[in-house]
Amino acid sequence: MGLLDQRFENGNVLITSVDSLLAWARLSSIWPMQFGLACCAIEMMATGASHFDLDRFGTFFRGSPRQADAMIVAGTVTLKMANRIKTLYDQMAEPRYVISMGSCSNCGGPYWEHGYHVLKGVDRVIPVDVYIPGCPPRPEALLEGLLKLKEKIRREHMILKQTA
Amino acid sequence: MIAQELHDLLKTTFGEAILEAKIDGVFDPFVTVAPDRIADVARFLRDDDRTQFDSLMCLSGVDLTKGNLAVVYHLHSTKRNHKFVLKAVVPAANPRVQSVASVWRMADWNEREAYDMYGIIFDGHPDLRRILMPDDWEGFPLRKDYQVPEFYNGMKVPY
Repeated sequence: MGLLDQRFENGNVLITSVDSLLAWARLSSIWPMQFGLACCAIEMMATGASHFDLDRFGTFFRGSPRQADAMIVAGTVTLKMANRIKTLYDQMAEPRYVISMGSCSNCGGPYWEHGYHVLKGVDRVIPVDVYIPGCPPRPEALLEGLLKLKEKIRREHMILKQTA
Repeated sequence: MIAQELHDLLKTTFGEAILEAKIDGVFDPFVTVAPDRIADVARFLRDDDRTQFDSLMCLSGVDLTKGNLAVVYHLHSTKRNHKFVLKAVVPAANPRVQSVASVWRMADWNEREAYDMYGIIFDGHPDLRRILMPDDWEGFPLRKDYQVPEFYNGMKVPY
């Protein structure tokens, strides 16, 4: 439990808002969907492996979109794949998040001009929460993107009435 | 066999079907074969005891521009240890070549790729459909006059 470990003598009572508690719970266990599209997926696998150890952020990959909170689009999105990505995104339960990893999925990358088969940015088919630049981004960059997503979730209100 | 002997052998066997030859260039020696005889030539080269081309190393499509497409066959004999190149030139308006998928099984997917990228029709192919691009894609992307579509399935294609 890290911060809270053996800090309380009697009562064990903490005061917080329900929104903060829910946000804390959600951001502490972001489960991305397990799929990779190109070389970025190799870096994503390295991030998941023991050296960078994605699990320490409560993040590990799930094989089904039904069980996933986030989608890491790691690699070149071809037009052929774009339809499938849209379908997979639609199959994920809300609240859902998308991390666009690498230049290809951000904007088409090196295929931006002559890639007749490449979608020039995954944000043309699904909404993206965090963009990670790089070709491919290092595992540290993916972790930074994940932490950015955590900050975004921390600021969200699930219970509080939206006044706007 | 050296390239000159291969050429002479093909010329005496097939005569008119052998259109052109370049034996002494800096590139691999090749002969150009009539597109409607290529399977016969291929089968002969595979089965004849002197040639024994049991391996098709590579089958490529080429856009020669000026209204012509070509198919290039790189052959290798693992038994005789010699190589040879066949070419078939077809007009882009009616690009029909005999399929060699029945001669070398690996030509199957190579011909599908050449069809996918250049629109070359391989007569006698067992299953000629696109292999890389989506089935509903229009046009043949590696042709020199290819224009990238504005939209595909509602998705904007250009940057």
